[in-house]
Amino acid sequence: MPSPAIEIENLTKEYPFGFLHLKKRTSLEGLCMQVETGDVFGFIGPNGAGKSTTIKLLMGLIFPTAGSARILGKPIGDVEMHQDIGYLPEQPYFYDYLTAAEVLDYFARFHNLTAADRKDRVDRMLKKVGLETARKIQLRKYSKGMLQRVGLAQAILHDPKVVILDEPMSGLDPVGRREVRDIILELKKEGKTVMFSTHILSDAEMLCDRVGVIVGGKLRGVGAPGTLVDMKTVGMEILFELTGTANVPLLSKATRTGDCYRLQVAEEELYKAIEQLRGAGARILAVSQVKATLEEFFMNLVEADRAQGAAVEVSGQ
Amino acid sequence: MKLGKNVAWLLLLVVPLGFAGIWRLQHRIDTERASLSEERDEVLLRSPKLVKAMSLEYAPLLADVYWTRVVQYYGNKHLKGQANLELLWPLLDITTTLDPNLLIAYRFGAIFLSSPAPGGAGRPDLAVQLIERGIQANPEYWRLYEDLGFVYYFDMKDYQKASAAFLEGSKKPHALVWMKIMAAKVAAEGESFETSMFLWKDIYDSSADPSVKKNALMNMQLLRVKEDCRQLDALGDEYAKKYGKRPARMSDLAQAGLLRGIPRDPLGFAYVFGEGGKAELNLDSPLLEKQLMLERFKKYVP
Amino acid sequence: MRRAGVVALNTFREAVRDRVLYNLVFFALLMIAASVAVGQISIGIEQTVIVSLGLSAISVIGLLISVFLGVALVSKEMDKRTLYALLAKPVRRSEFLLGKFGGLVLTLAVNTAAMALGLLLTMLYVKHSLERSDAVVLVAVYFILLKLALIVALALLFSCFTTPLLSILFTAGLYVAGLYVQELRNLPIAVMSPAMSAFTGWLSYLLPNFENFDVMAMAAHGRAIPGTLILQNTLYTVVYCAIVLTTAAVVFSRRNLK
Repeated sequence: MPSPAIEIENLTKEYPFGFLHLKKRTSLEGLCMQVETGDVFGFIGPNGAGKSTTIKLLMGLIFPTAGSARILGKPIGDVEMHQDIGYLPEQPYFYDYLTAAEVLDYFARFHNLTAADRKDRVDRMLKKVGLETARKIQLRKYSKGMLQRVGLAQAILHDPKVVILDEPMSGLDPVGRREVRDIILELKKEGKTVMFSTHILSDAEMLCDRVGVIVGGKLRGVGAPGTLVDMKTVGMEILFELTGTANVPLLSKATRTGDCYRLQVAEEELYKAIEQLRGAGARILAVSQVKATLEEFFMNLVEADRAQGAAVEVSGQ
Repeated sequence: MKLGKNVAWLLLLVVPLGFAGIWRLQHRIDTERASLSEERDEVLLRSPKLVKAMSLEYAPLLADVYWTRVVQYYGNKHLKGQANLELLWPLLDITTTLDPNLLIAYRFGAIFLSSPAPGGAGRPDLAVQLIERGIQANPEYWRLYEDLGFVYYFDMKDYQKASAAFLEGSKKPHALVWMKIMAAKVAAEGESFETSMFLWKDIYDSSADPSVKKNALMNMQLLRVKEDCRQLDALGDEYAKKYGKRPARMSDLAQAGLLRGIPRDPLGFAYVFGEGGKAELNLDSPLLEKQLMLERFKKYVP
Repeated sequence: MRRAGVVALNTFREAVRDRVLYNLVFFALLMIAASVAVGQISIGIEQTVIVSLGLSAISVIGLLISVFLGVALVSKEMDKRTLYALLAKPVRRSEFLLGKFGGLVLTLAVNTAAMALGLLLTMLYVKHSLERSDAVVLVAVYFILLKLALIVALALLFSCFTTPLLSILFTAGLYVAGLYVQELRNLPIAVMSPAMSAFTGWLSYLLPNFENFDVMAMAAHGRAIPGTLILQNTLYTVVYCAIVLTTAAVVFSRRNLK
């Protein structure tokens, strides 16, 4: 079995604050996590939970108070390892006096590429993220969405094995978000490992092979979105249409919108209910499973954390 | 983190070695620059009118800057034992053009422009020019007249003009009584020991500037020496009349009853008789060196 | 090292596209031209005045650029977060610093060369011909460049661990102190205790001595500067910059970015 692309062991980050720096604020506590090669890994949590902190620790922008981590088998302090990693920072900002093409070329120069190769990749990337027409415009004139795309381009230009994205969807309109999702899926198809942080749960559910949930600086759960939430079917939901006022006792438990009704029944009772409705002349529109969602799981965690009070102080923005 | 440790070691190596290299280099550079013996142009700009024009409303501030340069310039030159104080006048000229009311500049200039080398620039004529400008801007300040009289008395030996200056000054407000007396005394006697000593003592007492005090003290000491030697010579003449030859040692005078004890100079060293039979400073006395320097430079004053 | 060069060239490109720089250089050239008018007032010493004023202008403008841009080298990248994407690349923090330093020094070299050219042209205009002895002006400009490089290194060091405003103050303060370092050695020894005078002696050698680079008087009077001094000053700058940059690299390599 190939070793994990990212291994995190007991990673801790404390910030001293207050007078004489005597007090400590823990923004990350004892994180142990792994990202398998080829996975798309979602790192989710509320604002200030420690997602960005973890990613910055991985990228060597800040230094851990304790613990260690390895990417592609090499320790995070090793700068050479960055040859195979792509990183998109949160709210990216690049040199505004450069054009998109120049920025990509500049960043590309740090990798061992020939001049021709570099030029070729810059062109391809610009096309891929849809910035071909704007390539000669200085970045100071770019919108947020365009900057995000430049960021994405520079992260994947050198064909890295691991791509780490910090809040890649933030500030994007639905079109932009769709494009980012497509790129992530493309990367997965190419066999790359992708790790991204987000607080938008639906994105995580849709894209990720595995997710890690972090709240208040601690990892609360990690696994495939399905297994994580322990999704047992809570019941079945029947969507049906009923005209007229047939006397169906089940109707009292249904929610009604106009002529459409939604009714939840236990799984065992499903066929009995359908029979009843058929007898009453209802038209069945849909039957679906009712599952606990990631969102509920998430909200429970957040509330539990808040209830705990200041046991673990959450780091500010 | 491993990289961090390596870099820290590098620092521990580079910093001491680097500064050791800097130390040696700096010494070499100092020697090289000293050998260039180029007059470090103390004067930012030479023309007083130009400086005044350019200084706008900051003239008094700039005057203070120039004043500090005067003090530094003098201090540096003095420390290096150099006699060439030719930039003193331009510096003072600019300072007083920028701020005609900077009294301390006039007083300082009075002493150090007029004093002969190596203590001063040896230009009493410029000193007079400076003081007269000061008097024009500050006509009621009596001390400037004292300074003027001082220069005429000591360096130009023009007792008429000195007396006139003292007299004029004595009429100004707050002038001390001795100014009038001094005017009369100088007119009558010209140079005298008491007058000279008095003037120098007044300078010493009335100034807070350490350079000025030091200079005044030295002058007083040398004056004292001159007077002592004159008196000792007079005694030596008496001795010669009595015994037919000049005394060889101070003790001879004492034995002859002309002296009580061995006379000492202001620093406590006993006077001796030199080869010509004239009283002189003891070879060990530090005052001798100062006296010789003054004598030597007097020859070169035009 | 190649990667430091990449950073350096980008820094140079940034400076070239910065309009403020052009304004400053233009101002300096203006001052040099104005010195012609000033020179007319003092007859007989036109050359002295033009060279003095010209070198002063180059020095002052150069100082402004060095201090303000020097501090901004690191602090701007940190504030604007452009540093994040950069450090995620395979480049060491020390290479980044070195590149930034090199880029600004290159910018300064180009600017001072341009201003020196302006000065020489002004001298040509006034004197109608240039002699070999006028080459001393170029040496004086080179010394100014050395001085500026040292200031950039100091500005870089401060901006690695303190706020931009404080960095500017410290750098400017150190510059002023460095001008009077020579005086520290001339302090009257009799006044102080031996320990104190030993301390000031040490201090006078450790602090950067900016007076080493002052040859304005010689340049103004057209006197040649010996090659040994040129070599010594160059070495001094190189060694001192090495000390400062190494310290900066160590400080920066442990710094947590916001």
